[in-house]
Amino acid sequence: MQLKTSTWLFAVLLAAVTIIVPILNLAVPETSPLHFPTYGLSLFGKYLSFALLALSVDLIWGFCGILSLGHGAFFALGGYAMGMHLMRQIGDRGVYGNAELPDFMVFLDWQELPWYWYGFDSFAFAMAMVMLAPGVLAFVFGWFAFRSRVSGVYLSIITQAMTFALMLAFFRNDMGFGGNNGLTDFKELLGFDLRSQSTRVALFMASGTALLAGFVLCRMIVASKLGKILVGIRDAESRTRFLGYRVEHYKLFVFTLSAVMAGIAGALYVPQVGIINPGEFAPANSIEIVVWVALGGRGTLIGAIMGAVLVNLTKSYLTAAFPEIWLFALGGLFVGVTLFLPKGIAGSFGLARLIGARGQP
Amino acid sequence: MSEILYLDGISVSFGGFKALNDLSLVVEPGEMRAIIGPNGAGKTTMMDIITGRTRPDKGIALFQGDIDLTRMDEAQIANLGIGRKFQKPTVFESHSVEDNLQLAQKAPRGPLATLFAKLSDSQQAAIDETLEAIALTAARRRLAGELSHGQKQWLEIGMLLMQQPELLLVDEPVAGMTDAETEQTADLLRRIAQTRSVVVVEHDMEFVRALGTKVSVLHEGSVLSEGPLEAVQNDPRVIEVYLGR
Repeated sequence: MQLKTSTWLFAVLLAAVTIIVPILNLAVPETSPLHFPTYGLSLFGKYLSFALLALSVDLIWGFCGILSLGHGAFFALGGYAMGMHLMRQIGDRGVYGNAELPDFMVFLDWQELPWYWYGFDSFAFAMAMVMLAPGVLAFVFGWFAFRSRVSGVYLSIITQAMTFALMLAFFRNDMGFGGNNGLTDFKELLGFDLRSQSTRVALFMASGTALLAGFVLCRMIVASKLGKILVGIRDAESRTRFLGYRVEHYKLFVFTLSAVMAGIAGALYVPQVGIINPGEFAPANSIEIVVWVALGGRGTLIGAIMGAVLVNLTKSYLTAAFPEIWLFALGGLFVGVTLFLPKGIAGSFGLARLIGARGQP
Repeated sequence: MSEILYLDGISVSFGGFKALNDLSLVVEPGEMRAIIGPNGAGKTTMMDIITGRTRPDKGIALFQGDIDLTRMDEAQIANLGIGRKFQKPTVFESHSVEDNLQLAQKAPRGPLATLFAKLSDSQQAAIDETLEAIALTAARRRLAGELSHGQKQWLEIGMLLMQQPELLLVDEPVAGMTDAETEQTADLLRRIAQTRSVVVVEHDMEFVRALGTKVSVLHEGSVLSEGPLEAVQNDPRVIEVYLGR
């Protein structure tokens, strides 16, 4: 499989960030201006997990024309699977000191652990669920939607409905996922204290590595014949059908893979922010992801990553400095880019040819 | 050897409008057939039935004697060996000419097979050959979206060839072409028809004459007349349909 030079360059850049930032944090003394603060590590680790999420949306939207407005649901499911493991890791150090049950269950006066919490003591099991829960949901959802040839705006609407329904469900206390408060008060992961500097460095590096792997995987997919067929489906679906390709199988494949990637992103997000709650299922979240991708440049992969990081950097700055204008700024940014840079940042300024937009790797 | 395409008593209506009305048509292996008829005669609907896009209300549609086309979807029918060219040229505009042909090339169609597919030398040779046949060798690396209208039509015909179909359905291949292009297209289709069956739907009488083949005239959803172009043109019923009203 031949990949473009720009792909390698960007991959090297990602790898460099993954390695250099921790060095700047650990090895450079705090007095030096080059020192990277520890709180910044978790913040940037979060951006990297968002970038992986944006990548998963670009894979289906940019290359196959599936506009999912519910991808936040897969992200949140991956996050919940990770959160459940972290809850079990608390053990008897919770407020109620109950080794058998998480605090919120004790509070609700539950006597025993619900069956669907079984297995989450095991890290390996939890990691499998991080991928399986969103993957299976996407597969079942996609199976029905794509087989019935639901596409375009109708598909977008039902993905939005899906994440909304999940949000309402997860808000309920009797679902057994902590209701409104979600899962929080995590202590440690694999025996390492989540608040310690070294754990944060490790989580940052894990996020960078996952993003790098996701990027290379997506690049390989879009460079393959399968990737060309995806673009074919995006541009001329019936032509693809009349050439003998089962369009629904292709959509299902890429949609499920994308959901798994989003789940992994969610699992990396949760330990770095320390909480997961039903707000992650909010329809607005899923729309925001699409805005990142549109801003960065749809169908470029690199653009999705840039968009996610840039928008969230801006968000962190603005929500701290001018909390009341953040939403206006996001809206303005989106309108501005749509009007003046319809191909996004990566698709403009002559970058398109450089990084191989348009699905031409 | 049995008929490659056998349509018998096909009827289909859309909201009360009878698009096809007891249509029967037989195409022999290796035959080229031109279908003509005024607008709304049911030509495109007939293609939709054959390729699985539309299900008939009643009637029989058989491929190669015993394969029931009315029970299959587009992808299955395409893989049986029926290729279709649309009225409006439909190619993958953001892919190169070469990639368009590669995607059409007969090869395993599943997602896993295509994920790991590598272009073999013989496949590359087949693509080169087709590029030559459709006179697009020089444009092989250009994006299909940048081609002229006529070139897109040829590219689409080239894509059909890559599928190695037994039966080709070609809907208005020369619409919007210059006279020279029309002549070249007729030539191309005649060459294709040497090795497989071709059904051409066309308005352009000069083009149908150039094809020099048996003609079926469709009118109000059924076959009005059939035979060589001269005979059909002298058929009083055909004259009435075309000139009478």
